[in-house]
Amino acid sequence: MTTEYWRWKEYNWKNPDIDWKDAKNITVGVDVGSVSSQAVIMTDGELYAYSNMRTGSDSPESAENALDWALKDTGMTLDNILYAVGTGYGRVNVPFADRAITEIACHGRGANFMYGPTVRTILDMGGQDCKVIQVDEKGKVQEFLMNDKCAAGTGRGMEVFADLLEIPIEDIGELSFQVDEEPEPVSSTCVIFAKTEATGLLRQGWPKNDVLAAYCSAMALRVVALIERVGVEEDFAITGGIAKNAGVVKRLTGYLNLEALQPKHDTQIAGALGGALFAQTLAVKEGKVPS
Amino acid sequence: MVSIGVDMGAKNVKVVVLRENEVIGKALVTAGLDTEGALKEALQSASREAGIDYDEVGNITATGAGRKDVPMARDELTEVGAAARGALFHFSDARTVIDVGAEEGRGVRFNAEGRVIDFVINEKCAAGAGAFTEAMARALEVPLEEFGPLSLKSDREIPMNAQCAVFAESEVVSLVHAKTPKKDIARAVHDAIASRITSMVRRVGVEERVALVGGLAYNVGFIDSLNRDLETEVLIPPDPEYTAAIGAAVVAAERGAKASEGGENS
Amino acid sequence: MKANYGYHDGSGDFFITIDSNLCTGCVECISSCPADVLEMITDDYDDVVAAVKDEHRKKIKYSCAECKPVDEQPPLPCVAACEPGAITHSW
Repeated sequence: MTTEYWRWKEYNWKNPDIDWKDAKNITVGVDVGSVSSQAVIMTDGELYAYSNMRTGSDSPESAENALDWALKDTGMTLDNILYAVGTGYGRVNVPFADRAITEIACHGRGANFMYGPTVRTILDMGGQDCKVIQVDEKGKVQEFLMNDKCAAGTGRGMEVFADLLEIPIEDIGELSFQVDEEPEPVSSTCVIFAKTEATGLLRQGWPKNDVLAAYCSAMALRVVALIERVGVEEDFAITGGIAKNAGVVKRLTGYLNLEALQPKHDTQIAGALGGALFAQTLAVKEGKVPS
Repeated sequence: MVSIGVDMGAKNVKVVVLRENEVIGKALVTAGLDTEGALKEALQSASREAGIDYDEVGNITATGAGRKDVPMARDELTEVGAAARGALFHFSDARTVIDVGAEEGRGVRFNAEGRVIDFVINEKCAAGAGAFTEAMARALEVPLEEFGPLSLKSDREIPMNAQCAVFAESEVVSLVHAKTPKKDIARAVHDAIASRITSMVRRVGVEERVALVGGLAYNVGFIDSLNRDLETEVLIPPDPEYTAAIGAAVVAAERGAKASEGGENS
Repeated sequence: MKANYGYHDGSGDFFITIDSNLCTGCVECISSCPADVLEMITDDYDDVVAAVKDEHRKKIKYSCAECKPVDEQPPLPCVAACEPGAITHSW
């Protein structure tokens, strides 16, 4: 079998301090993205459990798998959940969802919970899109921009480079700093052309790490252009898979000349978390929570 | 008089030798890292084919992305101008030329003298260039030269959702997994790029007749989709990848003639 | 809420921005668009506002080509039709 350098680890988590059986309002948010899917379970406004998996070819099945994995070893079943919100690219294909809400609104709300009410600008770098969202102190969206047309500045673009250079995707950030001198960014925005450019650089004898550094900078610069279109107001937070890639994050915050807030949870769950939070409110509003 | 046109492209160097409005020599050399060497090789090879001495050459004009790197050229011409003049060289009734190379696509509208009226360029995004079809052929595991003919066998229209070549690759793979016949996927790919090129060219106004040049002019699948979209039959010159070099050679001859006239008068 | 529909790719910035705080839901923009790019939606905060249709968001450079020629020209139909000035274009 050939090595799949783009593959990252799937996992789940549960809060050991919470006994869900005491909870009145149990909700779930499921974010079915084009690359990864997450399920987040909330109990009475607190984060209880979550999962993060690769999206399969079938959206409904991916939603169910993500939920099952978040529920694993909790003793909880779907019957205990009062309200479910589907979000993300496959949000209308979540079989058990009571309502679908766009990932923009969910990210705003999720980031507000994860990073606190001071967060104003959220950059979400997902598998196949890149979003810039401005929110108020309640996590309500004031302005947004979503680019899902082009792979540059997305996780998919980084996966292409992981494969090209035969480096596991989780190591890219760190390796990109192991260079003698910071190289010029790759000049092509387009991933296809950047790949051609990188192949040329390798042929000229560039070490792989230098090529990685050049690509991480290019990705950072491109995302900066998107952020500047909306404008950046602090506090600033980064969510999504690329938030875990220091090679992009450090260069990005360097260009913007600001610091990003440190995440308290996995950066990939922001959308599902927002969904679960919307579900908390909706469960009360629709009279599903026993008093 | 003998004139030479040099097209320094992103990938290849093309040289055309022209005498009395007739192509008497041509050469294409893939540049790689040594563009200077490739340029010399292409010039020598084309001159040899033409059977000319360097002294006979009246004028040399360079075009293409690397046109500044042709030290022996006496003047230069934009790619847009070169495409118009090259298309007109082959087809006196052409008024629009669509030029789709590996890394860019352009549309140029011009008058009967080859003067450019309006043009549009799509570069820096593979979705509107030949690189798109190359990437899709690779994803489908079909050799590039068979990709166009394969597309002609399809009689089914399936839409492609992705615009970006990287996302389209994933879409092609899912279509293969869903057991979609390869010929139908090939057609979907050509329809997609043709539709983007058509929308782009419409911005300059399509005036008949329309010539298609550049690497994609070899792709019968793309030509078929483009004809359907434009509702016309595009003209394909012989050796379409030499069109810009020919355009440069034509301009070299004109400018050379003017310069020598000027010389006699003074 | 300001919604930026469109994208930035290697060839440039292509966004239509609709400010839902300004949009009155009058639907004038929808009938003004020759390419049928716009529609009314109920957004996540239950406001009924104009938006760019999903199928055009990834290709508005091409969808809007008709009204966006290379040369200078009068205000775009959708922008001209919008009395409160909720619509702007980036290119």
